[in-house]
Amino acid sequence: MYTQALNTSDGDDRHVEDATRSAQFQARIDADERIEPNDWMPAAYRKTLTRQISQHAHSEIVGMLPEGNWITRAPSLRRKAALLAKVQDECGHGLYLYAAAETLGTSREEMVDAMLTGKSRYSSIFNYPTLTWADIGAIGWLVDGAAIMNQIPLCRCSYGPYARAMIRVCKEESFHQRQGFEIMLTLARGTPEQKAMAQNALDRWWWPVLMMFGPPDQASQHSDTSTKWKIKRFSNDELRQKFIDATVPQAQFLGLTIPDPGMTQDAEGHWRYSEIDWTEFKQVLAGNGPCNRDRLAARRKAHDDGAWVREAAAAYAAKRANRPVAQAAE
Amino acid sequence: MTAASIQVSEPPLVLYTLRRADDALILGHRLSEWCGHAPAMEEDMALANMGLDLIGQARELYIYAAKVEGKGNDEDKFAYLRDVRQYRNLLLVEQPNGDFARTMTRQFFYAVFADLYWRAMMMSRDATLAAIAAKAEKEFAYHVRHSSEWMIRLGDGTDESHRRVQIAADDLWAFTGEMFVVDDAERGLIDAGIAVDPASLRPRWLKTISEVLSEATLTIPQNDWMQKGGRIGHHTEHLGHLLSELQSLQRSFPGATW
Amino acid sequence: MATPNSPLWEVFIRSRNGLAHKHVGSLHAADATLALQAARDIYTRRGEGLSIWVVPSSAITASDPSEKGMMFEPAESKIYRHPTFYDVPDEVGHM
Repeated sequence: MYTQALNTSDGDDRHVEDATRSAQFQARIDADERIEPNDWMPAAYRKTLTRQISQHAHSEIVGMLPEGNWITRAPSLRRKAALLAKVQDECGHGLYLYAAAETLGTSREEMVDAMLTGKSRYSSIFNYPTLTWADIGAIGWLVDGAAIMNQIPLCRCSYGPYARAMIRVCKEESFHQRQGFEIMLTLARGTPEQKAMAQNALDRWWWPVLMMFGPPDQASQHSDTSTKWKIKRFSNDELRQKFIDATVPQAQFLGLTIPDPGMTQDAEGHWRYSEIDWTEFKQVLAGNGPCNRDRLAARRKAHDDGAWVREAAAAYAAKRANRPVAQAAE
Repeated sequence: MTAASIQVSEPPLVLYTLRRADDALILGHRLSEWCGHAPAMEEDMALANMGLDLIGQARELYIYAAKVEGKGNDEDKFAYLRDVRQYRNLLLVEQPNGDFARTMTRQFFYAVFADLYWRAMMMSRDATLAAIAAKAEKEFAYHVRHSSEWMIRLGDGTDESHRRVQIAADDLWAFTGEMFVVDDAERGLIDAGIAVDPASLRPRWLKTISEVLSEATLTIPQNDWMQKGGRIGHHTEHLGHLLSELQSLQRSFPGATW
Repeated sequence: MATPNSPLWEVFIRSRNGLAHKHVGSLHAADATLALQAARDIYTRRGEGLSIWVVPSSAITASDPSEKGMMFEPAESKIYRHPTFYDVPDEVGHM
């Protein structure tokens, strides 16, 4: 049940976390049982999930901006409708995820405020600009492709509301990657200018997309406990490799070149990639990506400009709620 | 190099269809500008849904106009390769989004009309237009519902929201008259039972508008001087900017497929 | 000024006639009318529904998971409530 009301602040995890309870909790996880909002859970499990789900939600919402940048310039009515529907889906996914995170006891307003004030992060990939129409193809093909790799295992995550939200998200996202690939294919088979546009988009998005899977396994902070709790089922490097192995043949089909001259296929068929520039990743994460400031400014503006609308709706609801009482008192 | 505008021959049925298609596209485009910037995420979903309804209607109408015209034009040529003076939409729908009150007021004024209009068009002797009408009427019925509820909440919400939505209604009022105007090109289609006379819809439009504005504690604007010109390509300054954005890729890469 | 927290609503959708309404998720809206419209716009974009219920989350009273033993285990031993508890010879046929 997705109920905020049930997650009052005197939740069970405020009690002493004795070893027995923790052991029982871990036994449930090990038996592949799902944890539901009102079940006892270790405070750290709650905290980890709240952080992860809310960041995931922020990413969906901020992710509307780079693609939304091209809705008004989409080059055909078919593309325009598909892109608007796709960006709308991202918003829907943000909503499903905020709702799942709220079951852990933090309100959506608090989570959104944490994002707007820079206390909570969103995926760094959205801090890169969409310069041409081909970027819309590249985002659908690569960014959504990488997101799907990350998200499919989350459908089996130990926390019920998160897993259920992810099932819905994955179902809906299946069209996103296809529409991106279709855009790339049309460009790759189009005029020389269009093909160059597609190649340039691949050149710019490739490395940031590989960084979406997170730091290499030996440097990842959260992996151990997340794996133990079955929030995470594959390591960053495993998923990254899986994505690359799936994507290389697709690039070959498009006739585009992956911007990694050192890439080779090993005996087992895996594509071995060159060293990722983690300095760039850290800089973007620290707020120094090309669009960090623009993205936050756009979300803050929407939030601030919309405040009077939300206040009006609340004021009207309050008047309505009070009206029958006022009449009864007369 | 830029792509030149197409030539469109405008026999009455083509012109008539293009006018409705342009209304739908331009308003759908305006709503799509909100995507990612709405006052609440729930409202982002709603605005995108209405925008998608309108873009879908525009496509069906353009496809039909192209078929009737029979000159090798298609939906994208109509949308992307006509100049501002070739666009035939109402001035109302090209007005900028402004704040949420202005967007909702524009949607409310137009949707109440469009719902009545398409409901009547379900009886059109033109089978294609009647089929488009059956789908569009349901979509607009929801736009009426959604925009009315917001008019009421904004009007009867806070002082600030009341002030904003009253200004929006006053500013947009002068663009509502054009919805009910009939010219010679349309008269023949009305007489033939293909089109409906929009003037006959005005009393019902005004009744709904008045009821909702009254519930919203808003005042019906008194100014009865009405702007017009959109139907013959005499637009406000806003449409040119909208089209330069909408058409940028098609204009910059002549003949490319996307 | 901080925006007031808008109430949370639970959304239930009947996907086909003949099926019960099923919980699909939740959303925020200032009142019931807006909640119903938001539910339509968020949860039925792909033709998932024929009917929607929205319920204020605060109106739901839930059982306590820590009382699972008391609440649900007593039913587990009442196996005589299930048809398989009873022996009927095969030759009697389906019953």
